[in-house]
Amino acid sequence: MRWDYSPAPESTDHVRLRDRYGLFIGGEFVEADAYAPTINPATEEPLAEIAQASAADVARAVDAARAAAPGWAALSGLERGKYVFRIARLIQERARELAIVETLDGGKPIKESRDIDIPLAAAHFFYYAGWADKLAYGVPVPPARGAVRPRGVVGQVIPWNFPLLMAAWKLAPALATGNTAVLKPADTTPLTALLLAEILQEAELPDGVVNIVPGDGSAGAALVRGAVDKVAFTGSTAVGRDIQAALAGRDVGLTLELGGKSANIVFEDAALEQAVEGIVQGIFFNQGHVCCAGSRLLVQESVAEQVVDRLWARMQSLRVGDPLDKNTDVGAINSAAQLSRIGELVAAGVEEGAGLRQVSCSLPDRGFWFAPALFTEASPAHRVSREEIFGPVLTVTTFRTHAEAVEKANNSPYGLAAGIWTDKGSKAFEVAAQLRSGVVWQNTYNHFDPTAAFGGFKESGFGREGGAAGLRPYVKVEGE
Amino acid sequence: MTSMRTLPHVDRVGVAERVAALGKRSIKGDAKRQGLLLAISMLDLTTLEGADTPGKVRQLAAKAVTPSPAYPEMPSCAAVCVYPAMVSVARDAVAGTGVHVASVATGFPAGQTPLATRLEEVRLAVADGADEIDMVISRDAYLRGDDAVVRSEIEAVKDACGDAHLKVILETVELGSYDHVRHASMLAMDAGADFIKTSTGKAAEGATPGVILVMLEAIRDYVERTGRVVGMKPAGGVSTSKAALGVLVLVKETLGDEWLTPDLLRIGASSVLNDLLLQYAKTESGRYGRAEDFSKE
Repeated sequence: MRWDYSPAPESTDHVRLRDRYGLFIGGEFVEADAYAPTINPATEEPLAEIAQASAADVARAVDAARAAAPGWAALSGLERGKYVFRIARLIQERARELAIVETLDGGKPIKESRDIDIPLAAAHFFYYAGWADKLAYGVPVPPARGAVRPRGVVGQVIPWNFPLLMAAWKLAPALATGNTAVLKPADTTPLTALLLAEILQEAELPDGVVNIVPGDGSAGAALVRGAVDKVAFTGSTAVGRDIQAALAGRDVGLTLELGGKSANIVFEDAALEQAVEGIVQGIFFNQGHVCCAGSRLLVQESVAEQVVDRLWARMQSLRVGDPLDKNTDVGAINSAAQLSRIGELVAAGVEEGAGLRQVSCSLPDRGFWFAPALFTEASPAHRVSREEIFGPVLTVTTFRTHAEAVEKANNSPYGLAAGIWTDKGSKAFEVAAQLRSGVVWQNTYNHFDPTAAFGGFKESGFGREGGAAGLRPYVKVEGE
Repeated sequence: MTSMRTLPHVDRVGVAERVAALGKRSIKGDAKRQGLLLAISMLDLTTLEGADTPGKVRQLAAKAVTPSPAYPEMPSCAAVCVYPAMVSVARDAVAGTGVHVASVATGFPAGQTPLATRLEEVRLAVADGADEIDMVISRDAYLRGDDAVVRSEIEAVKDACGDAHLKVILETVELGSYDHVRHASMLAMDAGADFIKTSTGKAAEGATPGVILVMLEAIRDYVERTGRVVGMKPAGGVSTSKAALGVLVLVKETLGDEWLTPDLLRIGASSVLNDLLLQYAKTESGRYGRAEDFSKE
């Protein structure tokens, strides 16, 4: 008999969004000259009016951070750590509300914002709070050098795919190491950063230590060119290039976490059932809006047919739809612009003959949606195999030998992540060592942990976030 | 075809993650009501105690036929499951109701009796009116690596069953690994099992979501390979409504809705029925009832 799950929407009753959010500068919300609505991509309905920071607003925010810098840096690590712990705890206290707002604003399934985004954001603050009074151990310094110092004011620009989590990745290490910050959230997903501003007020973080300036790309451009001592950017490779060019010749620290086209490599001796599950997690997690998404499946020829058949069958059971439904596996595409980019690249793949298969499921009438898709005849030369699609679209290519797998995996301008699926430990280590990827997962994919460093090779950027390595970009060693 | 070499490995961590993800499915409203009724219709209501008496078996059978007189829409359970000595009592008690009589035979639960007596036990249970036989595999032979013995014994029992349906109990907790669970599932299906069943309910652990998932995946692969359809029976450990609904979720998302019928899915349990009734009553009345609202047997 047919047994359908009834709708199980998460209740939004206790979420109280303001009608409009200003800029968060110097510890308070201030008005801006311009406002723009942020919408729910699953319904296209507006959620709130959001201040759009001008270049002058950004400069004001940087000034506020500059003014707060000496006092914040002068606090002992122990005292700074207390504030960061407090932020972590307040995120936990408001976790349910933050999860719902993340889903409303970004379109991701509530089960992901509830179980992954928000808990991980809190975990990052907890983790770096612990480092605040142990920096001498986190950043080893040769005896001849002096002490570890904060850089000063950091400008941070974050993407729309994991809004609160990316804010946590940026702010937690910056605060723990004694920097003050100006954070520019993405224009399609500013809400949780602004709720975080409320949390910072509640935590009584000294005024100006963190300033949040929502806006579009022009606000980000003004920030990275402003009077800051360090820039941290997560986003597209094209924008990353611009930033690097703009900062050339200036004594401004820079870390970039950019795009990816990560290979998920399945060997014939893998636990295939779990590999298929890992492929699904690798590409359909957060609608594929993941910089490290396992978007290129490389599968050994001897099991390719079996794996693709199982994967296709598994894709039929993905539940696409209302992001607030607790049983939804794949939510809405983040914006109309992203949907059209995905559509354009997929059309190119069809034209190139990459063999498109797309799940036929009923999609809501309003909002931005893209049914999970697979290119089964993707050749490494096709655009869909080389360019980052940033959507729920997987390309499949086969390989025959170990060496060919490594060669194909590395044959990309990017080098952010990779997955290896094999039951043989020796093979996993050997292949991992040969991959030019910042992250290599073995028999799993898209697992994140604040203790582990994350970052790319090649056009995927440089610098590391997470772990002790994530402290380094935020400090200067005296004499450097 | 069922040698370990030709079967893909099973990754324990991956299994744990998958069942954790499916364990978070939210079953509410109509889905819950329907799911509870579905679970009741799939129950092999079981009593396997040394202290079983004809009186107790008759009471259990009555409850299997009419789980709760308060809810006429409620289906009967699929079967009553008893020791061979109680088969004739159970047969008479459910005669004409459509409820099946299942019997654990073959030296249940250890299986450590000579093959000849195990086969004779099966024949006698069938002769007394059991239309379903739940056998245990020889874990002794399996753990020694003697797959041929395991297989030939299942074939012999299948033969002794005649028209009765054969459920093959793997006693998964004694097999030691998911790889073995998957392999033993294939072995049992190749040898002619109509159902594969997780556990006797007499060992340290019964049907866990992980074991159920691995066996369901084996069924899916077997059906794909041979075209012969095989059923699944988790038993032991499914003691709450939540666990029973969890079984339905695992089956739905691994094998599909086609398996959500008592012909292909059974749940072996005794105590879960009253929890299913309590939960069902709550969906009807909107408030939690008391255990005393329903007969124990």
